[in-house]
Amino acid sequence: MLKDLFGKKRKYASIPNEQSKVDVPEGLMKKCTGCYKIYYTKEMKKNLNVCPNCGYHHQLNAWERIDSLFDKDTFQEWDRELISNNPLGFPGYEEKLEKDRQKTGLNEGVVTGKGLIDGQAVAFGVMDASFRMGSMGSVVGEKIARAIENAKNEQLPFIVFTASGGARMQEGLLSLMQMTKASIAIKRFSEANGLMISVMTHPTTGGVSASFASLGDYNFAEPGALIGFAGRRIIEQTTREKLPDDFQTAEFLLKHGQLDRVIHRHDMKQQLSTLLKLHEKGGTGK
Amino acid sequence: MKQVLDFEKPIVNLREKIVELKSFTADSDIDLSDEIQTLEKRLKVLEDDIYGNLKPWDRVQMARHQERPTTLDYIAEIFTDFMEFHGDRAFGDDPAIVAGIAYYKGTPVTVIGHQRGKNTKENIYRNFGMPHPEGYRKALRHMKQAEKFQRPIICFIDTKGADPGKESEERGQSEAIARNLMEMAGLTVPIICIVIGEGGSGGALALGVGDRIHMLENSTYSVISPEGAAALLWKDATQARRAAESMKITAYDLKELALIDQIIPEPKGGAHRDIKQQAGAIDSIIEQSLEELRVLSVSELLENRWEKYKCMGDYKEI
Repeated sequence: MLKDLFGKKRKYASIPNEQSKVDVPEGLMKKCTGCYKIYYTKEMKKNLNVCPNCGYHHQLNAWERIDSLFDKDTFQEWDRELISNNPLGFPGYEEKLEKDRQKTGLNEGVVTGKGLIDGQAVAFGVMDASFRMGSMGSVVGEKIARAIENAKNEQLPFIVFTASGGARMQEGLLSLMQMTKASIAIKRFSEANGLMISVMTHPTTGGVSASFASLGDYNFAEPGALIGFAGRRIIEQTTREKLPDDFQTAEFLLKHGQLDRVIHRHDMKQQLSTLLKLHEKGGTGK
Repeated sequence: MKQVLDFEKPIVNLREKIVELKSFTADSDIDLSDEIQTLEKRLKVLEDDIYGNLKPWDRVQMARHQERPTTLDYIAEIFTDFMEFHGDRAFGDDPAIVAGIAYYKGTPVTVIGHQRGKNTKENIYRNFGMPHPEGYRKALRHMKQAEKFQRPIICFIDTKGADPGKESEERGQSEAIARNLMEMAGLTVPIICIVIGEGGSGGALALGVGDRIHMLENSTYSVISPEGAAALLWKDATQARRAAESMKITAYDLKELALIDQIIPEPKGGAHRDIKQQAGAIDSIIEQSLEELRVLSVSELLENRWEKYKCMGDYKEI
């Protein structure tokens, strides 16, 4: 019958009742962004947010990252007390900052300090993409520059983990000038034979990729991390070109000679440790 | 056809009326010189009023004006014996950046600048003044050479931004810009940067690390274009006028934020009204800056440069 052909079987959506909501507490399970498999959040965290099934690297927040790299209880934080002003009087900016401070427990988008990796002392900057998308305003620029200056004065290597959407719009040109500030600090550090290692994590774009993220003596990235200058959408709109699926991934950059290595999160500490050891004697081999 | 900006229309209309009356007077027996005189007076008042009270969005349009003088226009006016050199020695030559050496009042200098076109054909050739990585690498090659031969460097900034394209990403746009920032920080010769049109984000900054940063009165310098900011903040690119106000992108705003050194005045109605006068104003600022910088030792120069940028930032301690 014609009616049977067009007639659709009625589908029912199951709406969880109040009871079932209580049964599964919020945040207990996590769906992998890469393969959509569902895992216990705890299990995922234990695996450093790398999917046990497909290897997708989910973001780590700054403290998780620090815990994953440093020898236990060796981390000392610098400049925690710095927070942003609202230099342009941008409407709503202060409220947004306050909200992110509450949400992340951080004062800004980067944590800096020093600590030990397998007993080797390093100065450190770890960005956190959950604070204003890791965007760089005055505080991020200042903390990075100060950390590099400290590294220079204390003759420590400097390692930066980047995760940033770029310069912070709400601070206007002041944000752009942080790119310069950080870059000059790196120049001074480099002239003093300081070792700088940059590890780009998802995502590293815009003003951060176009300044300190790209200025390591060694530039690394985590698998699958999005790294680029301009946003994919802008490029598509401007050039009307079809972009490859792996465009602006860590692997794409490696293929085009823009990175030294792509390093799996589980190998990160060990590889950094080896690299630090290789520079122990200032590269002179004496 | 001269490009007329929206806010200039009342001036242009009045000017046309005066021309009309003048030709009418010349062709007939009726004497309208009194009326003409009145209108000319009114024109002056109107010009002073409009050009004296430009809003940020008006200046954005002025900075983008089709006939606005470009790097090569100023080079022809200010320097002598300019020789342009091409190529980054690795990939290609980028016409969106011009670089070369010239005399400035008898002193050899290196001149580098963004170069956009004044019509569609030129703009396609120049990629609308949006450099590729090889452009920045060409610039860096010239800066290093300037250092070797102890020539001061003059940079003209005039770009919407670095090229956003697939190939630019493949060839390391980010790295090219970052490298310039870092290397410019350590150059042992004076660097003077002048924003002459649009200073578009990282693409501008890659020629913009210097001992003096000056801006033409109607130029802009911003972390993102007003259109881009409006699209991100309010999901509406047509709010660009509003974004231009809140982003603080004019020379006056940036001087107040202590991010630039000096504002270079423009002729009434903009730089394109009188290139010679404009070039003269730029010339005297270059001369003054060079005089101030020449007396510094290399270590003073580099230390001052670091101090200059170290101070840029607005934060508090809790």
